[in-house]
Amino acid sequence: MDETVAEYIRRTVLKIPRDEIKMMLQKWGFLSEAQLQTLNFHQIKDNISQDVVQLCEENSAGIKQAAALDITYNHIYQNKRMWSVYRMKKSGEEVEYFDIADFKKKFKQILQSALKNVTITFKEYEDNAIWIRVAWGTPYKKPNQYKPSYVVYHSQTPYVFISASVLKSNLPLLCQALIVASNYHDIREMELRSHSLNSLKDIVFKRYSQNFETYTPKPLQRENVEPENADIMIIHENRSEKERIHRLNQEFFGTGPQPKLEFAQYRLETMFKSDPKMNVLDKKEPFRCLVKFSSPHLLESLKSLAPAGVADAPLSPLLTCIPHKARNFFKIREKKCLLSESFVSP
Amino acid sequence: HLATSLPLPSERDHLRPRIDMVVFMIDIKSKYSLKNVETSLAHVDASFFLGKVCFLVTGVGRVNACSIETNAICKLADTYCSPLLFCELELEGIRAATAQRLLRMLKICAGHIPGVSALSFVLLMRSSNDD
Repeated sequence: MDETVAEYIRRTVLKIPRDEIKMMLQKWGFLSEAQLQTLNFHQIKDNISQDVVQLCEENSAGIKQAAALDITYNHIYQNKRMWSVYRMKKSGEEVEYFDIADFKKKFKQILQSALKNVTITFKEYEDNAIWIRVAWGTPYKKPNQYKPSYVVYHSQTPYVFISASVLKSNLPLLCQALIVASNYHDIREMELRSHSLNSLKDIVFKRYSQNFETYTPKPLQRENVEPENADIMIIHENRSEKERIHRLNQEFFGTGPQPKLEFAQYRLETMFKSDPKMNVLDKKEPFRCLVKFSSPHLLESLKSLAPAGVADAPLSPLLTCIPHKARNFFKIREKKCLLSESFVSP
Repeated sequence: HLATSLPLPSERDHLRPRIDMVVFMIDIKSKYSLKNVETSLAHVDASFFLGKVCFLVTGVGRVNACSIETNAICKLADTYCSPLLFCELELEGIRAATAQRLLRMLKICAGHIPGVSALSFVLLMRSSNDD
């Protein structure tokens, strides 16, 4: 077995927390159940990884199998990577039958003809997701297995989720390969990024619970606004205000759990407005400013701002539009009219 | 009665019983909380400040989350001649003890304790640092 492959497998096993190693190797499926039984998972990780490499040696593992292990690891720990969302456009309206074998062949062809040294691995999962792992090399260098790019493609949708490696120069080629292989004619990056791949999918596939305009607003209010107020000696003076906030929150955020985003970024290119007499940058040039909201779970924290009394309800539409518009990067420019308010660029 | 700010909503005026004591809760982690209390104080009739107002500062357990300086709150309490209590709502023991203190003060303010008036009690509450 190749030295580099052995080292790569060893390092990948070391990344896995000790309690999960057995499960991960089983999911990988390269080592037989009998071989797994011979492993002692209670020793230190260094020794476990050495034993695994030994077994892989016996099975003559190659780079293909090592890449498969890496995909398995990244599929389970997908939230460790930062994912960007891309949207592909078709030229016509024809619904073509998606042939996975054809897709794989074309994808490989494009990358291999351009770079020669690439490692491409595919894996399909039950939710119709095709995971593609690409390790990049150059015509003169072997692929760097430690900095692969990941692509997740749901063939029935025009969306692709990419977790690029640090080598951003390969991104155009990757996009090219994707469009050609999937019979689209254009691909565009959306302004949406997060660590949680499932949440990104929820947003673009519209799987989160949105609030649709229903006709019966009032009667549904009373049910669960104050469940813990069993003590009738406590009277809340601002009950109607609380209910109003609760209702507005439901309108904007819906009732279910929110998709998980870590930040929202607003790049301001607006003019600083001040008293003209103060002569401070007044309407002379745009005041460049970046506003970034970060949180372990941004949308849930925005949802709890008004009930906690930290912000007024309703929240600014710039915040509440994030899941609907499927973006968390915004550019705000001046509105070119007499009222000079700011608006969000598309 | 719990309210987020003063004045109280006028639509419930006819349902409200006599108010014996007003406790202003300031969350030491939020500057907004202090500002809110300061603006609400303007809506309180002057006669309340003769022993029927108390300031309660919460959240003092988390020392590195303090947004308001204790000096500012002490000055506020002094200006309005009212006692100042500190507590940490997240600790059950302190929560219970503070509730008992407030309840005893309320009994005095409501006139349930013969021989002790709200005004005489608040004079007893003044710390020895005051002039």
